[in-house]
Parts: sequence; C-alpha cells; structure tokens
Amino acid sequence: MSDCLLPTMCTITGRKQDTADVFTLSIDPPDGEFPFEPGQFNMLYIPGVGESAISISGRPAEANKLVHTIRAVGDVTRLLGIRETRERIGVRGPFGTGWPISQAAGKNVVIVAGGIGLAPLRPVIYAIADRRDDYGDVSLLYGARTPADVLYREELLEWKRAGVLDLAVTVDAARSDWSGDVGVVTNLVGRIHSDPAATVAMLCGPEIMMRSTARALLDIGVEEANIAVSMERNMKCATAFCGHCQLGPYFVCKDGPVFFYPDVAPYWQQREF
Amino acid sequence: MKQFLDLLAEHSFFRDLPREDLEFIATCGRNVAFKAGTPIAREGDPADAFYVIRKGRAAIEMYAPGRGSLRVQTVGEGDILGWSWLIPPHRWVFDVRALQDVRAIAMDGRCLRDKCDANHEVGFQLMRRFAQILTRRLEATRIQLLDLYSDKVV
Ligand SMILES: Cc1cc2nc3c(=O)[nH]c(=O)nc-3n(C[C@H](O)[C@H](O)[C@H](O)COP(=O)(O)OP(=O)(O)OC[C@H]3O[C@@H](n4cnc5c(N)ncnc54)[C@H](O)[C@@H]3O)c2cc1C
Repeated sequence: MSDCLLPTMCTITGRKQDTADVFTLSIDPPDGEFPFEPGQFNMLYIPGVGESAISISGRPAEANKLVHTIRAVGDVTRLLGIRETRERIGVRGPFGTGWPISQAAGKNVVIVAGGIGLAPLRPVIYAIADRRDDYGDVSLLYGARTPADVLYREELLEWKRAGVLDLAVTVDAARSDWSGDVGVVTNLVGRIHSDPAATVAMLCGPEIMMRSTARALLDIGVEEANIAVSMERNMKCATAFCGHCQLGPYFVCKDGPVFFYPDVAPYWQQREF
Repeated sequence: MKQFLDLLAEHSFFRDLPREDLEFIATCGRNVAFKAGTPIAREGDPADAFYVIRKGRAAIEMYAPGRGSLRVQTVGEGDILGWSWLIPPHRWVFDVRALQDVRAIAMDGRCLRDKCDANHEVGFQLMRRFAQILTRRLEATRIQLLDLYSDKVV
C-alpha cells in the first residue's frame, strides 16, 4: 500500500458469525490484491472511532480476498461486528513478521492455539495444507473456553479427515454431553509423539497460556530456537514510531508480532513490560 | 509378566526406575479395560488403585444435585489417574467415567503402600513422581481457573 499511515477504505464482501462473540469479515482488498505472510496483521479502522490491530486469517494463496476473524471486545471490534456487507472500513497493512513456515519445512510442526489465537495461525494451516508433503507430522493443539467457542469447527474436522493434521481440542469448561477433552491446552503437549528435536512449534493465545505451553514444550525436548510465539501489545501506529507496543528493545508491530522464544522469554520474567 | 514389565517401563512415569524396583512393584499391577460410559471410580469409594491410561479418554467429574455431573478435567493416553490411594483416608474425591473405551494398567493401592513401607527407596521414587504430577495438575488447574479466554481481555 502506498502510505502506511493512511487507511484505504475497502468494501466488506462477506460476514460470518463464527461464535457468539467472534465473526469473520471478508473484505475487497485495496488495489485488488493483498499478498501477505501468515502471522501478519492489519490495522482496521472505523472512521471517528479508532483502529484495531487484527491478524489476517485467510488463505495466503487467495490474495484477491482479505479475511479477518475478530472477537468483539471493545469500541472498535464491537462496531466492526455490526458492519454489514457492502459497508466500508479502513485498512492499513500488512504489518509485522510472519510465522517460520519455511524454517518448518522438512520438520514436524506443532501449532498451539488458545481462543482467538487460532485466527493468526489459520493461514499457517492453509499454507501447510497446500504443500503437505514438505512437512513431517503436523499437530494442532487448540484450547477454547467452552465447546461453543471452538472456532472453524468444520474446517478443523475437514483438515483432520484429510490427514493434514492431528487435531486435539480441549476446553476449560463443558457439560457432560461434550466427549472431548477438558483442561488447559498444556495438558495436550504430552500427546505429541513426533521427534521433539525436529519440531517447530508455533504458539498464539493469551500470554500466560503461551508461557506455560512453551515450558511444557521445552520439557519434552523442543528446542528454544524452534518455538515461535505471537505477542500482543496495545498498538497505535503499527509503524514502529509511537512506542505503544514496545517490548524491551523491540517494537511488537515491526519486530513482531511473531518472535522466537529466546528473544521474548527474558521479558516474560519482567513485570510492567 | 515380561510383557507387562515392558508396558510399565515404556511409560514416562516409570521411566528411569531401576529394573529391580520396577519388578518389585509390577506385581501390584494388572491390565484393565472399561467400556465407554462405564464408571471407573466413584466419589467416596475406597481408593484402592491408580491407573496408567494406555488408551482412551476418561472424565473426572463431581456430581451436583440439580446440575448433574460437572466435568473438571479429562485424562487420556499416557496420563496417570488417581492419587487418593496414597493419601489417607484413601477415598476417591471425584467420580471418574470412561468417555471412550479405556485400557489402563491398574496399580493396586494397598499392595503399593505395603511395598513403599517395606522399601523406602522405592517409596521415595514413587512419591517424587506423584509430587511432580500433583504440581503439574495444580498449575494446570490454577490456569484453568483464570478463565483466560473470557471477554476480559488480559
Ligand atoms: C498483532 C495483533 C494481532 C491481533 N489480532 C487479532 C485478531 O486476529 N482478532 C482479534 O479479535 N483480535 C486481535 N488482536 C487484539 C485486538 O487488537 C484488540 O482486541 C482490539 O484492538 C481491541 O480494540 P477495541 O477498540 O475493540 O477495544 P477497546 O475498547 O480499545 O478495549 C477493550 C478492552 O481491551 C483491552 N485491549 C485493547 N486492545 C488490546 C490489546 N491489543 N491487547 C490487550 N488488551 C487490549 C483494553 O484495555 C480494554 O480493556 C490483535 C492484537 C495484536 C496486537
């Protein structure tokens, strides 16, 4: 895009309610095409209200369609949630670093997602599915709040059926008619059978969930340098200028959101970062 | 017996335990199977075993009048189920139900307690392993309590 500080107004072409508070918008991309790397995000803008950093959740190979999965939590995201097809919203991006997909080629892949954290990881799964033979074992460990909060349910089952990935879903709370797992996503790490030394892990979710999952992965022998995490910080400019998203020496908007464990772990121990 | 010993030795819980110690406690174990939907343990019943799950999934639940069985956690392949055999008064604190067909090794609690009393080194090794499991389970439960995916954005 020409000016990274100026949003382009784009038309919403599709809207899907995924769960009670999560929806997916398809948008006509600026300039007709929108190439991106899985893990990158856009700033979505509601004129007169503000902007939110939202990851791109669509298919990397489908550059003519821009897709975002959004959880309605506050001013901007709630208003995005009531925007109708054919209405327009502002888009700036794409910003930030991507997941280490090429580093994972030839290795096993463990994707660990918590809640809305599955959205930034979905493009990784699309990319892997397109070149499945390039990867070893692929597992998705996914934690959600309740069974009703599980995102992309049909797609997950389809990927499992097609042998794209091994799927393990766990929820924090469920009634007795749920036959799946209950408990934190970290509990599922023990079920990975692939060689941990040849595994690349990609983690996205609340920071506490990523910290405890990273510890569990290190425990089973996954190497620090092969654990990638997506960090979330309050963002304003998204161009490494305003400093809102600073994390130690890094700007999450430019040096991240995807980091490797050794780069961010020191700041996980420090308060007020 | 050889096969059974190997089954035990393969499990991460028993890994690194000297062969003679494993043989010493293996006599307390036996293979068991539970059909999907059947109870494995009931709150208040004597806790006379712990289980090394080999296949399938089981739910740890508590019954509340008017609300039915409330699910706290599930355990599956590779997990250890039950530590009440170790801690007086040796009674199950939760209900456990097989959600799928479950195959497990049941380790007899009374038999193990006697062995631990007779051989403190083996007892210490078992305690150490259970302490690890308890700590992990407690950490997981605390994180679960935080309700990280609720709409309070943290
Ligand atoms: C790189 C990146 C990618 C993201 N990707 C997605 C995505 O794909 N889908 C999605 O639904 N959300 C995503 N988010 C989170 C999203 O940016 C925030 O939920 C959104 O900005 C909230 O804006 P709001 O105006 O709706 O809420 P506000 O009214 O601004 O705030 C509501 C509450 O959320 C808190 N909050 C706002 N922004 C953040 C933040 N970034 N981190 C922590 N707390 C915050 C506020 O303090 C307040 O308590 C991402 C964030 C980042 C940094």
